[in-house]
Amino acid sequence: MALALGRKVLVLVASVFVASLVVFAFLAVLPGDPAQVALGLNATPELLARTRAEFGLDRPLVTQYLDWMGGVLTGDFGTSYVTREAIGPQLLDRLGVTLWLVGAGMLVALLIAMPLGTIAAVRHRKPSGAAVSALSQLGVAVPAFLAGIILVQIFAVRLGWLPSGGWTPPVRDPVEWLRGLILPALSLGLVQGAVLTRYVRTAVLDVQSEDYIRTARSKGLRPYPALVRHGLRNAAVPVLTVLGLQLATLLVGAVVIERVFVLPGLGSMLLDAVAARDLLTVQGIVLVLVVAVLIVNFVVDALYTVLDPRLRRS
Amino acid sequence: MQALLWMRARWIAATLTTVLLLSGCSAGSTATVGGEDALAVGFTAEPQNFDFTSTDGAAIPQALLYNVYEGLVKLDANGEIAPLLAESWTLSDDRTVYDFRLRTGVRFSNGAPFTAEDVKFSIERVQTDWTISLKSTMDVVDRVDVVSPSHARVVLREPSNSWLFAMTTRLGAMFDPSGVDDLANRPIGTGPYQVSDRRRGDSIVLSANSRYWGARPAYPTVVLKYYRDATALNNALLSNGIDVISGVTAPDSVPQFEADTRFDVLQGTTNGEVVLAFNGNRAPLDDVRVRRALTYAVDREALLAAAWGGRGNLIGSMVPPTDPWFEDHSGAYPHDPERAKQLLSEAGQQNLNLRLRVANLPYAISAAQVVASDLDRVGVNVTIEPLDFPAVWLQQVFTDHDYDLSIVQHVEPRDITTFGDPEYYWGYDSPRVRELLDRADTGTPEQQLADMREVAKTLSDDAAADWLFLFPNIIVAKKEVTGLVRNQVSESFDLTGLGRR
Repeated sequence: MALALGRKVLVLVASVFVASLVVFAFLAVLPGDPAQVALGLNATPELLARTRAEFGLDRPLVTQYLDWMGGVLTGDFGTSYVTREAIGPQLLDRLGVTLWLVGAGMLVALLIAMPLGTIAAVRHRKPSGAAVSALSQLGVAVPAFLAGIILVQIFAVRLGWLPSGGWTPPVRDPVEWLRGLILPALSLGLVQGAVLTRYVRTAVLDVQSEDYIRTARSKGLRPYPALVRHGLRNAAVPVLTVLGLQLATLLVGAVVIERVFVLPGLGSMLLDAVAARDLLTVQGIVLVLVVAVLIVNFVVDALYTVLDPRLRRS
Repeated sequence: MQALLWMRARWIAATLTTVLLLSGCSAGSTATVGGEDALAVGFTAEPQNFDFTSTDGAAIPQALLYNVYEGLVKLDANGEIAPLLAESWTLSDDRTVYDFRLRTGVRFSNGAPFTAEDVKFSIERVQTDWTISLKSTMDVVDRVDVVSPSHARVVLREPSNSWLFAMTTRLGAMFDPSGVDDLANRPIGTGPYQVSDRRRGDSIVLSANSRYWGARPAYPTVVLKYYRDATALNNALLSNGIDVISGVTAPDSVPQFEADTRFDVLQGTTNGEVVLAFNGNRAPLDDVRVRRALTYAVDREALLAAAWGGRGNLIGSMVPPTDPWFEDHSGAYPHDPERAKQLLSEAGQQNLNLRLRVANLPYAISAAQVVASDLDRVGVNVTIEPLDFPAVWLQQVFTDHDYDLSIVQHVEPRDITTFGDPEYYWGYDSPRVRELLDRADTGTPEQQLADMREVAKTLSDDAAADWLFLFPNIIVAKKEVTGLVRNQVSESFDLTGLGRR
């Protein structure tokens, strides 16, 4: 157990290190000079040189990388070239917004996929089951940003029920926060829900043909109770795998949704930072995203053992 | 071990909860829009910080100038220089000494009084501490004398008309010596508003400065909301999320606002010339016949219709209609492909291949496509290369001059003077233009007018560039909002004249 855990932590550390190196190297070769962007048109060469020195861009790349990595290890992500503020607190602030968005999106996806997927499986030979399958197919084909634009047109512009964008921190005004979260979460969750519905359907279909369900049914249990008592837990294992992968997709999908709904999350921060060549900030954000994905994978691994006692012995 | 893990898990859970509950606290929040006293204005470019002394770009002065920071003089809605913190001023006969009589009873938002000492401090600080390139306009200042607390004297090395104009821009902003420690985050000025909240990625909240010397603004709170996406900006107004769109960046969407009785649409001019630059340092574009040929070949009227919905002005030189020396040169090169072909053959330039390296912005890309197809018709083969703006465009086109043709919008006021700098990316070097610009700056206002007109005419004759069109200023506002300025003449989105029906 301890050994397995140790190995996982080692993989995590190595992944973070490699990711940081790749990000750093990529940004180093990207055309565009942060000092030039900050100074704008007509900057004199002397001024450029001074600003580059101030930013520490005149040092060798290796030194820049080691300095940055050393800071990150002690929790210091550095100071942004552009905003002149510490990056760490901003990252935390923006991460919160993105986590709410991803969490709410996941919740929407689950609330859609669990019942619909099960119905589609149990009734797979009936028209209603086929209809659910067809609907989910349609859902898969709609990109999240398009769903977002359509939802805004209907619920914000035409009906005026919900805001078209913007963010209220939950401690400031919980009602406004919830109202603002509904449309982005729906945009993100509907599409993922459609994808997940298809996996749930397949998993439930597989489980239904297992011997233990037949045994349960033959004892006189009706289809749904049999499935709920004996089948769902078994069906959950493959679904969980997909869920883990989807969470990573959601983190990336959130970037686009944040743009559509003007949410101050990690995604919008990343886009701004890239445009301004705010390299330190970009590095910080990407590192946080990588760590987030790795943690999700780690949690999914851990959940397997909760769901399936057989995995605990190995 | 188990207990330790559990404790760690609980610690992580507690941290996560805190982060989630506080998330976006400094980042984002919707304005309390529709509130009786608040006005929400939507913009596209968000200031990265509040320090326009070291960060270039239009976004910071747009938010802060005249609203938070004030100068001795300002540019009024008609483009005239008007008194602000100076009640009046006189100019010596040799045109080098300005005597400013300062308004009394003015205080900064931190409580410090505004005196001639602050004028000296602020003007001298441009030379010592500012880093943006615009600061060179202040090099002409020899010294600032404090004659009395309400009388500041500025001595120039030589006469300069552009100096007083520069004082209406961010360069003239008055600072308090004790208020410049954290310009990037805490701006302190004498204006009617002060920054009371900053929600990065979302908005800036301005609230009335209780120490302001003038009349209290009609809206005690103004929320500046930032939408990178043009559609999101439009939707925010349509769904009552904001009250004003400061500038429509998707011209196709204007008709829907014009048709809606809730809104007023104001269309005026800006200082933003969309310029097709010819790299004058490179053959064959160093040949005036080739430049003229290309200018004849482009159908600017059709281009304006295609690129920007026909909204905007054709100008024909580097002067917007709000500048005193504006003359319409848009008829100098009527669309004439035959003439273009003839000029090209005179110059011995058939089968030309040119690289059009443009900023990857919607107006530039659409304009580039029209330019490429028009030039194709006269036998010039154009390759369009969109470059990431600002970073890559600045580096490769602007700094390294690695281009034949380029398209970008030049937004600085009175930037016609860039044609007097042979090092500028135009690659345009005319001793005559340089001499005229010098004389215009040092001469009397009448001479300035005459000389600047001649500069504009010379640039047009030389086809120093092709001025495709002038960006329109399109403001959409709810009917009850009054006092918006139709033409964008200054760097500021001036909130001081706003009122309500």
